[in-house]
Amino acid sequence: MLDANPEGYTTADGRKIGGVLMEMRNITLRFGGVKAITDISFDIREGEIRAIIGPNGAGKSSMLNVISGFYVPQEGEVWFHGQRRAPMKPYEVARQGIARTFQNIALFDGMSVLDNIMTGRLTMMKTGLFSQALWWGRAQAEETEHREKVERIIDFLEIQSIRKTPVGRLPYGLKKRVELARALAAEPKLLLLDEPMAGMNVEEKEDMSRFILDVNDEFGTTIALIEHDMGVVMDLSDRVVVMDYGKKIGDGTPDEVRANQAVIDAYLGVAHD
Amino acid sequence: MFYREAGDFKTSYKDDSQTFPIRFDRRGYYAALLLGFAVLPFLLNDYWTNAVFIPFLIYAIAALGLNILVGYCGQLSLGTGGFMAVGAYACYKLTTAFPDINIVFHILAAGVITAGVGVLFGLPSLRIKGFYLAVATLAAQFFLVWLFNRVPWFYNYSASGQISMPERTVFGIPVTGAQVAPWAGYLVCLAFVVLLAWMARNLTRGATGRKWMAIRDMDIAAEIIGVNPLRAKLTAFAVSSFYVGIAGALFFSVYLGAVEVGEAFGIEKSFAVLFMIIIGGLGSIFGSFAGAAFMVVLPVLIKLVLVDSWGWPTDLAAHIRLMIVGALIIIFLIAEPHGMAQLWRLAKEKLRLWPFPH
Repeated sequence: MLDANPEGYTTADGRKIGGVLMEMRNITLRFGGVKAITDISFDIREGEIRAIIGPNGAGKSSMLNVISGFYVPQEGEVWFHGQRRAPMKPYEVARQGIARTFQNIALFDGMSVLDNIMTGRLTMMKTGLFSQALWWGRAQAEETEHREKVERIIDFLEIQSIRKTPVGRLPYGLKKRVELARALAAEPKLLLLDEPMAGMNVEEKEDMSRFILDVNDEFGTTIALIEHDMGVVMDLSDRVVVMDYGKKIGDGTPDEVRANQAVIDAYLGVAHD
Repeated sequence: MFYREAGDFKTSYKDDSQTFPIRFDRRGYYAALLLGFAVLPFLLNDYWTNAVFIPFLIYAIAALGLNILVGYCGQLSLGTGGFMAVGAYACYKLTTAFPDINIVFHILAAGVITAGVGVLFGLPSLRIKGFYLAVATLAAQFFLVWLFNRVPWFYNYSASGQISMPERTVFGIPVTGAQVAPWAGYLVCLAFVVLLAWMARNLTRGATGRKWMAIRDMDIAAEIIGVNPLRAKLTAFAVSSFYVGIAGALFFSVYLGAVEVGEAFGIEKSFAVLFMIIIGGLGSIFGSFAGAAFMVVLPVLIKLVLVDSWGWPTDLAAHIRLMIVGALIIIFLIAEPHGMAQLWRLAKEKLRLWPFPH
């Protein structure tokens, strides 16, 4: 098994994957009497693209919400960078270097594309209220400095032409891209993508897949994603976690998962005999 | 044809993020400043100063403040009148306790004190939203008015229960009290307006403004990108109350001179300022000015036309004014929730292509 090696491994296409970045240990999450997640453990390694798949209601989004701090699991531990993470608020998780996108886009509709992406850098902007009010020295320099970083991401995702358009006016596919840009602007160590290709046509899916691979390749960002399109998942990801009814039923490379009988049963159903 | 962005190229991000990025706007605003500071003071008579210009400037400050809270940060407040009263009474207490210090500092300090009070009443905003928060701020409104009525210390134990502004000077020129020249009070208000509007513009386009707008548009997403919601909301309450407090201090010291708290800073004042930003435009600096101008000029205009020219009775004119304002608020809420500022923006987009729209 690949995971056994603490130093990491090399993928089929020759990328070096590092040590463990995030580890979930025996996570159990309940809502009242309903168990959304039951005793799940897996790890995410530096530089890899890790997919979480499973049928509807399997608990994938709940898992992502545990990682990003929305839900605090009743049992289990979250380890990040070799340290156990105490229960914390989502904005504290963001400051640790975890960024995410949402299944149903969560952009700020009243602001321009540029302002939306700039919000991704808010945790890094440090000047005080007074200096900002006077737009003097440090505040202005800081604005320009972060603007340059954001413009690089705008170039990267090819959205230069809509920079100043209010987000509310954009079509769905572009909104998804802007949301990715906002998450990237935070220069995250771990990027969580909740169904980045939901509701897209084939071309948009291809674009998005290319961006995800490029982000991983150029910035070395570790990515964990949830996706329903099996073709996309198998092509993109290095390792896959499969969930069903809140339990983990499979974990490994796409090929291993494809051959896993439990996974096949979960997706195709089991014959009654 | 007249309003052009084309050809106005920027070669650095610094240029692109200046206060007025479009050259046409910039020239317009400089011209307005020149008119306001260098021309109008020589033209103004007593009536126009007191009926239009000073109330417009003071309401513009209050509207700016409330717009920061409601329009930019999305936290509904009905406590504006109460916070204006805090500014007024803070200014009064300070200037009677330390008569030697310049009144400008007292007005600024009154703003700071109001900011503190605003933060205190903003604390519930972490837990409650929308209409429920509005009701909580309504409680602030009534509590503050009650407090200034009932605790004699605030009005220095005067027999009438009113507070009245003694004469104060700036550079040896009286700006409050009975002997004020119209232009002096006007210039003090204008200076505050220009400074505060410029600061509001800077705050709203920078990192702080983005935090506020992120909270307004989607608070969950704001939290996930690292905005601390409590801090963002409380800064909005603080900055907003600072503006409203200064407006209250000016309203009392420069405009009215003597104040009875229930009359001057009652719930009607809260609604009046709220109407200004709804009609003017939520989330727009320009809208704050447009709304304030509209609400101040409308009654004057109605009086000029209906009473002075057509000879209608005064009370009928007053009722017609209420009906017009009420109808406009409903029309704006339904047809154009972003107010006059949005109409102006749309007009600019049209003008950009005019007269060749294709």
